[in-house]
Formats: sequence, structure tokens, C-alpha cells
Amino acid sequence: MVYDAGHYDVIVVGAGHAGVEAGIAASKMGAKTLMLTLNLDMIAFMPCNPSLGGPAKGIVVREIDALGGAMAKVIDKTHIQMRMLNTGKGPAVQALRAQADKPLYIKEMKNVIENEENLTLRQGMVNELIMEDGVCKGVITESKAAYHAETVIVTTGTFMRGKVLMGDLEYESGPNNQRVSVKLSEHLEKLGIEITRFKTGTPPRVNSHTIDYSKTEIQPGENKPQAFSYETTEYILDQIPCWLTYTNEVTHQLINDNLSLSAMYSGMKRGTGPRYCPSIEDKIVRFNDKPRHQIFLEPEGRDTEEVYVQGLSTSLPESIQHDMVRSVLGLENAEIMRAGYAIEYDAVVPTQLWPTLELKKIPGLFTAGQINGTSGYEEAGAQGIMAGINAAAKVLGKDPLILDRSQAYIGVLIDDLVTKGTNEPYRLLTSRAEYRLLLRHDNADMRLTETGYKLGLITEERYNKFVEKKRLVEEEKKRLSKIVIKPEEHVQQMMDEANGTPLKEAVKAYDLLKRPEITYDMLEKVIEPNESLPYDVREQVEIQIKYEGYIKKSNEQVERMLKMEDKKVPDNLDYDDIDGIASEAKEKLKEVRPLSVGQASRISGVNPADVSILLVYIEQGKIARVAN
Amino acid sequence: METDTITAISTPIGEGAIAIVRLSGPKAIPVTAGLFQGKNLLDVDTHTIHYGKIIDPATNDVAEEVMVSVMRAPKTFTREDIVEINCHGGMVAVNRVLEIVLGEGVRIAEPGEFTKRAFLHGRIDLSQAEAVMDLIRSKTDKAMSVALKQMDGRLSELIGQLRQELLETVAHVEVNIDYPEYDDVEEMSNEMMRSKSKEVHAEIEELLQVAKQGKILREGLGTAIIGRPNVGKSSLMNTLVQENKAIVTEVPGTTRDTIEEYVNVRGVPLRLVDTAGIRETEDIVEKIGVERSRKVLKESDLILFVLNYNEELTIEDEKLFEAVQGLDYIVIINKSDLEPKLDMNKVNELAEGKPVISTSLIKEEGVDEMESAIAKTFFAGELDAGDLTYVSNIRHIQLLKQAKQALEDAMGSLDMNMPLDIVQIDVTRTWEFLGEIIGDTASDSLIDQLFSQFCLGK
Repeated sequence: MVYDAGHYDVIVVGAGHAGVEAGIAASKMGAKTLMLTLNLDMIAFMPCNPSLGGPAKGIVVREIDALGGAMAKVIDKTHIQMRMLNTGKGPAVQALRAQADKPLYIKEMKNVIENEENLTLRQGMVNELIMEDGVCKGVITESKAAYHAETVIVTTGTFMRGKVLMGDLEYESGPNNQRVSVKLSEHLEKLGIEITRFKTGTPPRVNSHTIDYSKTEIQPGENKPQAFSYETTEYILDQIPCWLTYTNEVTHQLINDNLSLSAMYSGMKRGTGPRYCPSIEDKIVRFNDKPRHQIFLEPEGRDTEEVYVQGLSTSLPESIQHDMVRSVLGLENAEIMRAGYAIEYDAVVPTQLWPTLELKKIPGLFTAGQINGTSGYEEAGAQGIMAGINAAAKVLGKDPLILDRSQAYIGVLIDDLVTKGTNEPYRLLTSRAEYRLLLRHDNADMRLTETGYKLGLITEERYNKFVEKKRLVEEEKKRLSKIVIKPEEHVQQMMDEANGTPLKEAVKAYDLLKRPEITYDMLEKVIEPNESLPYDVREQVEIQIKYEGYIKKSNEQVERMLKMEDKKVPDNLDYDDIDGIASEAKEKLKEVRPLSVGQASRISGVNPADVSILLVYIEQGKIARVAN
Repeated sequence: METDTITAISTPIGEGAIAIVRLSGPKAIPVTAGLFQGKNLLDVDTHTIHYGKIIDPATNDVAEEVMVSVMRAPKTFTREDIVEINCHGGMVAVNRVLEIVLGEGVRIAEPGEFTKRAFLHGRIDLSQAEAVMDLIRSKTDKAMSVALKQMDGRLSELIGQLRQELLETVAHVEVNIDYPEYDDVEEMSNEMMRSKSKEVHAEIEELLQVAKQGKILREGLGTAIIGRPNVGKSSLMNTLVQENKAIVTEVPGTTRDTIEEYVNVRGVPLRLVDTAGIRETEDIVEKIGVERSRKVLKESDLILFVLNYNEELTIEDEKLFEAVQGLDYIVIINKSDLEPKLDMNKVNELAEGKPVISTSLIKEEGVDEMESAIAKTFFAGELDAGDLTYVSNIRHIQLLKQAKQALEDAMGSLDMNMPLDIVQIDVTRTWEFLGEIIGDTASDSLIDQLFSQFCLGK
């Protein structure tokens, strides 16, 4: 007998990286939120690599933080090492990456969830949705509890009809032998949701005691006070290293000889795997001229001996995995603790979603995370927070939040998903962003804090700090534009030390800072220093001035893009009624139902003439309305 | 609602006595005013027409004598400011004016865009909306097929190759960014980027050079016939026109006095310019003096310089040799059937290796040799006809120029030692501009390239 288990504003199904951000955002916005998950001990579990961040992804973690999310703060407290990547490159592509302490991350995130006001955490398996007149109104669990809500966010990751594959071994399972979710997926299909099948994989873990580290190269952390969250003030400085080794001819021969035994290559697999995390089998087959591949040995935490063997993702039989691992330098005596495997799972075709992550077919139902065809914890968290915000906004009668491609990597990610769809697990890359010079690690707060604050996701205290930072940046920029530096001896000496050409005439400090070779620190040697200025303000000032010309150029492109984004497409538009649009474009438009002409122009198969005609048709509608 | 200014030739090309370049948008009047020698167009009343000259800002030369109509918003076709520049008929003048205008931050209109703007601004009523959409569709399809026709297969292949090279370069930069820890991918260096940029830049420049040839093919090789009176210039003209049916003949007298005859000589279209001058005065040098005629001659692509075999070389002849020095010309020794009086050694010396052809136009002798010399001049040297990759579409030329500019921006950033991910922004733009030429703007190519070129991932 189904029993009434309570009424909520928002229900989040799942407590992985998408689920936790969704739950936190919704509850912070004031929505009464319920979070249901299969296993309370596995909240924000990392089933694959023990790391967060990296290029593009690290910036996403910062963006989540600027919107009041938890990922950044939790990793700041639980990492075992942190590094800033691409420091030799431009500011747009620098990003933090942290190695996580997996068990600690779970513990810390669970603690955050448990202490969140408005948020109820409960263990349970959701089997179906409560539907009323085609609208989603809650969920029913396998234990017959009916939870009612205005909106539901499904964040089931790779659990829906998950199937683990290893050699010829095949069994239904979620990641890491957790319970699989079967009924919910069937239920969604019955409701008319189009489901696709994706695949991903993970490498074996070995026991640290059985690794001969002396044969590998050390990859230490930076032991620097750096953090993902703008709120973090305490830093972990005793960091633990990772280690680098390589595959060799023996490894490759072994894999080649046993390819037919790989679940991936023996034809059992139906799902599409990501190019972004290929299995070692994939790498050997596709790049057979490479004599070796890198293997990173990454500890899974401080209080565990398990080491993640990055680079050896595989679905070969356990016995072959054993030989394969032992063929690698430093791993000759390594003991596998968990074998690698591939996992196949159901994903929702993401073009069925509005940019708010609500399903077009089922009002009230949102999906976020790996279920939408992405890969990666950061991509999941990004969708989670947006789904949480929009699900709560819908209940609270607030405007939805859709970030555009110039505002955040989160915007790029979601726009790509809902506009273009994906035929393999989607990973964010810096090259997906057209305006990446604007989407930097350093300015995530500048881009999103205001938004977060207005939604109630950012505390008053943090907001005030942010406003003060902005003020200081502007003030310092103004100050530098007023200081004139004359070509005096000590100035020329500084220029010489910086390997710059000497000054020919007096120049403003502002303009001198534009030279690539002149840093803020050098500049301070020849002008009166502004000692009270915090590091992050100086960083902003320097980047904003140094790359001003390029930023301006990007901004001009953004303006052109936004003009098209501002031209809204009426929701009830009947594309069949527009004769001029080519039929392929028409089908795509009917599927995606773009919100703006700009979004329409990004759909593959919709050409500029189709966009023009769409524009004319929409204007015609406007005129007609005025005329009536 | 649209804030940029668009332009296009709004009369059918190659027909009609006048041709019109139309501009619409906020910059229409200021841009034209900046190029116009005559009244200050910023101050003139709306819906007025003015005589003057369009000056090419690059050379400060007079590009064309024109009549300019100024029509201010809102009582115009598009309800924006509109300028119509009336040029001489034929394709050369109007294209030159269009190119000059395009250099001033005005963009070429999409097919049907004037009408679209008229519609979007409410100028066209509701019942016509369907027609507008049809127009956009048909014009786009037509423009597409025309553009495709104009585009040589080799050109699209070449552009495809350039794009692939750029893409590989960009992918190399990207892989260093997205996978910084992969030590087996060589770090892209400024030097590598610089040499690749230079390479592609040179190729684009060459394409633009060749584009000139393509333009000539489309518009005709501007050809001037010069020589003293009675050497046989009119006969030469008539021979060329009669031997090779004129392809376009424009009726003189409708607006202004220039007449152009189009003839096709062995696949080389000649545009015989200033023929009126030859007909009336028989001698442009006599008419306007050596200095000015030199300038006129400079604008010709080919000069047919006629001498009389039956007369001794005169000072005028030598002056003409002086005037054509350094230009492409063919010396035609006419009246070869008469008694030789011309010092051929002297002529050959003055001709500096340019072709010297003997003819008797009256007896129709030497015409074949002359025509093959003309064809040879055009397809001379490295310009082997078979290998020519023509860029003739003005939109393509414009995009090539934008691609070149973007690449120059990238090289500028390299010179300033900017990080490669910054330099890459302009390299990617170059790739995009080139893609627009061949109609390939798919943005996923980079990611495909990244993962096919490099072995990445955990």
C-alpha cells in the first residue's frame, strides 16, 4: 500500500555531485526540499578518478562556488594535493586541480547536507513519478512512500539500468557494485522520454604497499595557500604526491593479444563511450604507433592504501588486468584491490530539456548530471545547481536562471546539451567556450556573485566583501591611469630587468602594465606601492589591464551574440506553419524548440537563411498581435 | 533593431547604363560622406542627389565619378538611412566602389537583406511577409548556387587545406591547455605558431593576388589601345570586335560618355576601355597629355600600342614608349603590307622584351599572332591557366581579407609575446572566416581534431 510520506516544494532524487548541489541550492533559496538517495553512506561518492578541477572543469567549480554551491568548499577541506595548471599560459586557461580524499569528501559533504536548513535527507529508491494531468507532482519509492512536491529533480547518474562489464562478466549494477535502478528508467520511457545508452569505464585500484615508487616519478602538490572557494581561509599545506609511470611494449602486446576478451571490443557493449576518457584498449588500438602511455598513480585518500591507476581504464577480464598492471614499471608486484570495469547506463537525450533543465514533455520534472549524457563530477555539479535553482524558482514564482555562453562555462555546458545534444558522454573543454577569455578562473566571482546573491545563495557577509573587492579594483585601475612614469634611470633599469625595451617617453602606469613583460610586482618598484591591496584585487587589476584589448574584442563578439539571444521565439510557435524553412531545419527546430533566435542559430542543420526566415516570421507575429 | 550598416550592388550586374551601390544603416551617410568629393553629404537635405567623386582612401585616387542619392530615415525603403551611389555601368566601376565602401566597416548584405530590413521595420505590410520569406529563400539558394559556381573546386580544396593546417595548429595549442600534464605531446611554441601563421598568411595573400586575376576573368581585362593618329587604332578595335563577337555592348549616351566593349579573345575577356576617346580624337595622349595619359594607362590591365610600319619612329612614339614603361603592353606594328620605314631594331630595343607583333589589319594578316600574344600575356609565366585558382566572388574576397587581418592580429600578439591561448583566439577566427568561404562553420571540428590527433584521457 502506498502511503503519504509528506509534502515538499522540491524533491531531489539522488545525492551524487548533481544531487547535492541541487538540494543545497533549492533549500537555500527557501524551498522545502527532500533528498532521496539509495545509500546515505555514498553521498557525493567519486566512483572514478579521485580528483576535481583541471582546465575548464576547475573554473566550473569556481562558478558553482560563486553561486553558493558546496563542491569548492568541500574539496578545499578534503584534498590531498592541489595544483594550479597552465601557469605558463594566459589567465584564461589557468585552472586549479585537486586530488581528493574520497572517503573524507563523502563525510564532509554528508555533513553539509545534514546541516542544511530546509533540506531533508532520506534513504530510498525511487521507482516512479506521481503524475497529475501530465505534470510531475512527486515520487513513489520502492517501499511505497509517496512524496508529493511541486518539482522533482532526477539526478541518478549512471544508476539507471546500469550494467557492469568486465571481460565476459556482465551484471546489472550501479557504479562500484551499488544497487541498480531499473524501474525509474522504464517509467520515464513509458512517459515518452527518449532514453539513450551511454558507456564509461574506470581503471583498477592497487594497494599502495605493493607499489615500488622508486621506479616512478614524483608529482608533488604545490603546498601553496590556494583554494577553489572564494570563502576558504584555511589551507591544507601538507600535501601528498602522485606518481607517474608508463605503459610499455609488454603492456601493449598483452592488450593486443587479449583484445577479443575485452567487453569493449567483443561486441557486448551497446552504449557509446566517451572519446574523452578512452579505455587503454582504445588507446592502444587507435594510437598503435605510440610506444608508451602515461600512467598516473593517484592516492584515493590519506587514510586508505588504495591507489587509482589513471590511464588504465579497462573492461578486460580480471586476470588480464592483473598481468597488465604488473607489466608497468613500478607495479611489478602490485596487488589489485578493485578491478577496472566498464559501465553501461541509460541517459536522457538532453535536447528534450529546456535550458532550465526542465523536461519539455513533463512540466515539473528536471534532470541533472550524468543522466543528461555528461561525464565528470564538475559537469554534474554544474547542472545540479542550475536545476536546483530553477526547480526552486518555479515553486517560488521567481524567474528562471539561464546563464548564457559568455557568462559561465555552466552556460556553455547547458546550452551545448540542450541545443546540440550529444552522442557520447559530454565533457567540458576550454575549446568549447567561444569567449573563454571572459570565462576565467580568477573572475568567476565577478561574473556570478551578484546573481547568486540575488537568489539568496550568497551570504550578506560574502556579498559585501565582493562589493568591496570590486570597488578596490576600480579604484586601483583609476589610480594607475593617473600615475605617469618618466623614463628615469631606475625605470629603465626595471625595464631592462624585465627584458623590455626602454621607455622612450613618459607613460602612464596603466599603459605600462599592458606590456606582457611588465608584471604588477615590477610596476610597484617604480611607483608608489599600494601596500594595503589584497592579492586577489591586484590579480584582477593586472589581468583586466593587461588583456584589456583582447577582452574588449571578446566583449564586442558577445554583444553581437546577445542581440540574437534577445530575440525571443514565442513558446507556441508552429514551425510547420513556416513555409520557407528547410525541412531538416524544421525537424531540428521542433525538437529543440529554441527560446531565442540566437539559440536557434546554434542548432546544427539550421542555416542562416532558416534563421532569417524565422526572424521574419516572428516579427510578422508581433505585427499581427499589434494589429489585432 | 539592426545596428550595422549593409551594402550591395543593387542593379543587375553587367546590364544597364548605370549601376548602383546601395547602403542602408546608421553609417550609410557618414561612410559615404567620408569617401565623397563634392558637397558635404552630412549636411544635404534628405532625398537629394549630388554629383561628385568617390575617392579611394588607400591611394587618394579618384575611383569613380558618381551621382549620390541621400535618403534619411524613416521615409526610405528600409526605414534606415539609405545612400545610393550611381556609378558608370559595367562591372568594374561599381565593384571598385563596393570594395571601397566595404573597407569602411560596412558589411556586405545577405541575400534579400534590404527587403528583410524593410519588413522588420514595418515598411512592408503583413500580406507581403510570405513573399519576403520566399525572397530570402530563393535569393539565398540562388546566391549559393552562383557562389558555388564561381568557386573553383581547386579553390575550395585549397581553402580546406589551409583550414586543416590551422585546425591542427589550434588543436595543438588546445591539447596543451586541456591536457597540460600530457608530457608526450610537444608543447606548442611561439616559434611554431609564428611559422605556421606566416605560411598560411602567405597563402592567403597569394589567393588575394590571384583573386585579381579572377576578377579580371569576370570583369574583363581592362585594355587600352594607344598610338599616334592614323596608325590603325580604330581598325584594331574593329578587328577585335568583329573577330570576336562583343559579349556586352553598352549603349553610349544614356548617362555619361564612357563606352566599354567586351570581347573574348581566346578565353581572355577584354574590356576595351575609352573607346569613345579613340573614336573621337584617335589619340588619348594628344587629348590629355603624357602625364595624365600615363595615369589612365596605369589603370589598364593591358595596353595595345600601335605603330605604323610605313612611318619612321617619331618623338610621340618614343613618348608613348616612355608612358607604357613598366606596364603590360603589346607592340603592334600595323600596316606591315606597306613599305618598311620603321626602325625595327630601335622598336625592339624600346619594347624591352615585350611582344612585338606585325599585322596588316586591312589585309587581316597577323591577327592570329596578335590574339595569341594577348592570351599569353594574361596567362603569362607562373600563371598557368590550368593551375589558376580563381577567387572571384566579392564576398569571398572580403572574407579572405578578414581572414588575413585576423591572422595579422595573431602575429601581432605573437610579436608582443602574448600567451598562445590568446594568440589562438585570432587564429581560430581566421579558421572561421575561411570556413565561411566554403560554407563550413561547424564548431565541433576542433574537438574532433583534438581527439583524433592526440591520445588523451584518463
